[in-house]
Amino acid sequence: MALHSLDIARFSWRALSGYPARTLLMLLAMAIGVGSVVVLTALGEGARGYVTGEFASLGTNLVIVFPGRSETGGVNPGAMFNETPRDLTIDDALSLTRSARVRRVAPLNVGSVTVSRGPRSRDVVMLGSTAEMLEIRRWEVRQGNFLPTMDIDRPMPVAVIGSKIRDELFGPERALGEWLRVGDRRFRVIGIMGSEGRSIGVDVEESIIIPVAAAQQLLNTQSLFRILVEARSHEDIAYVRQFAENTIQARHQGEKDVTVVTQDAVLSTFDDILGALTLAVTGIAAVSLAVAGILIMNVMLVAVSERTAEIGLLKALGATPGQIQLLIVAEASLLSILGALIGLALGLAGAMGIRSALPDLPAFAPSWVILLVLFTALITGLLFSLLPARNAAALEPVSALARR
Amino acid sequence: MRELATTAMIELSHIDRHFQVGDQLVKALDDVSLHIDRGEYISIMGPSGSGKSTLLNLLGLLDQPTAGTYFLDEVDVTSLDDGQQAHLRNKAIGFVFQMFHLVPRLTAAENVELPLVLAGVPVEERKRLIEPSLEALGIAERAHHKPDQLSGGQRQRVAIARATVMQPGVLLADEPTGNLDHKSGEDVIAILEGLVDQGITLIMVTHDMDMGRRATRQLRMMDGRLDQDLRTSNHGPS
Repeated sequence: MALHSLDIARFSWRALSGYPARTLLMLLAMAIGVGSVVVLTALGEGARGYVTGEFASLGTNLVIVFPGRSETGGVNPGAMFNETPRDLTIDDALSLTRSARVRRVAPLNVGSVTVSRGPRSRDVVMLGSTAEMLEIRRWEVRQGNFLPTMDIDRPMPVAVIGSKIRDELFGPERALGEWLRVGDRRFRVIGIMGSEGRSIGVDVEESIIIPVAAAQQLLNTQSLFRILVEARSHEDIAYVRQFAENTIQARHQGEKDVTVVTQDAVLSTFDDILGALTLAVTGIAAVSLAVAGILIMNVMLVAVSERTAEIGLLKALGATPGQIQLLIVAEASLLSILGALIGLALGLAGAMGIRSALPDLPAFAPSWVILLVLFTALITGLLFSLLPARNAAALEPVSALARR
Repeated sequence: MRELATTAMIELSHIDRHFQVGDQLVKALDDVSLHIDRGEYISIMGPSGSGKSTLLNLLGLLDQPTAGTYFLDEVDVTSLDDGQQAHLRNKAIGFVFQMFHLVPRLTAAENVELPLVLAGVPVEERKRLIEPSLEALGIAERAHHKPDQLSGGQRQRVAIARATVMQPGVLLADEPTGNLDHKSGEDVIAILEGLVDQGITLIMVTHDMDMGRRATRQLRMMDGRLDQDLRTSNHGPS
């Protein structure tokens, strides 16, 4: 004797719709479990996507050189006398251009200076660099030009200013071609940065960018803060990293006194951290799925005892223990699948809500989560209905029918 | 089917059904032997606790004997497993209960359909079987009503339709008129007797003496034993 699957579905549906309040509450429990998994993973993935995007905006295939060796063990004799053993210089930066696998090199100096024009002045972040910086960091110039290509050690008095600084110092007046005072020197404004040029650490809108040699004069230093090196391709990153390390070491009398990191390494660290965070959050949400599963078991146990007479009747009409189990399991599965689908819809809607509230956050639940959640819901329904189903199948028809 | 009337349908020998209640052994059935032929019309009477319902449940494979053998259609049913017994209940036995036991969320037609669903009968054939069955019992126009929209008599007719739709050889009725008013009870009995005329074996438990005396064979039970086995020539109002 085989039950038709359509009959099973119809019977289960009738059983569920016969107790609407209970069914709705169960659907709600399952939907909340599934929905929260979907929303939380979307949020985690969104955060990861956001951070990854921010790093990508720093420029891709980037190798960063900075002075000092971050390593433990052993005493670096130089460290006893100087802050850093040997400065990074403009010549160091130039030496790094001598490889076919290096596309661009940009030195970077950072300092805080006072910028003024007439009576107005404010403190800003000053970046000293070269024309290469624009491409390396994927910045955009809104008006005028970026730093011109020229000899790297020439302290040309030109400045590219952020749009906010432009507004504050010049107001409605024309800024391009005008002079302003940076520290104790005068610079001519040759360009204004676009507002998109925002990346981790530096807000370009509130910065001023001048040639690196001019920055060194202003800061009264010979050293650089960083050297940014862009490899030709992703495959060249490892080579360029090694090349930078070796070149600087050779120039510094064999001392390994710089640290070279790749953007990739930083990115993948963040990726790992945020990925772990997403998993942790998913795990927490999964607890609510388990709770929903236990609720389903509870409800099915109650359903079995409520419907003892009905189960007894089905037995009297010739239902085998297997058929009884099948009907109970089907009912629980239908319940959990419906709940999961509702939860999925709610979760996807929630993720959509997050995306429209925070457009920067690409909050999409990954497809593997959606599949996993549906699968888990189904397994939960099956697993937690086995006990009630077994109870139902084991009922003695006589005692079952005797209850009213 | 009259020509089969002498074939043994049910053969109980030395059946015991004992319950352990606390430290007391209750002998609900005590050494019951019974031979029932095909097409018989039997009433089982007796005071409550005499074992008549236990006997009926045992005949319907809803309960297992503690000792003894039970042959149904020459098959030793006590040796069958749960699945095989379920199969027999589906095909060979029909039940009518005092409480009707209709599934409240299913319509009359769907209730009648249940045994066919359990048997895996194809949908088109189910229709072919259900309609005449409801028709014969005069409830065709109530087919799509839920039990709570039906009168007691109509509910019991639905239950009878459900019990007979698989065309079983034996129909077991436990106080089928117990929850009905006199008129509806008379109707239901008439229907059941009509089924006997068509050849079904009817075994009915009742405590209504008048109703019991209409049967062609009247069994009386007392303390788990068959106390009296009385045969009359023809059924009908006495």
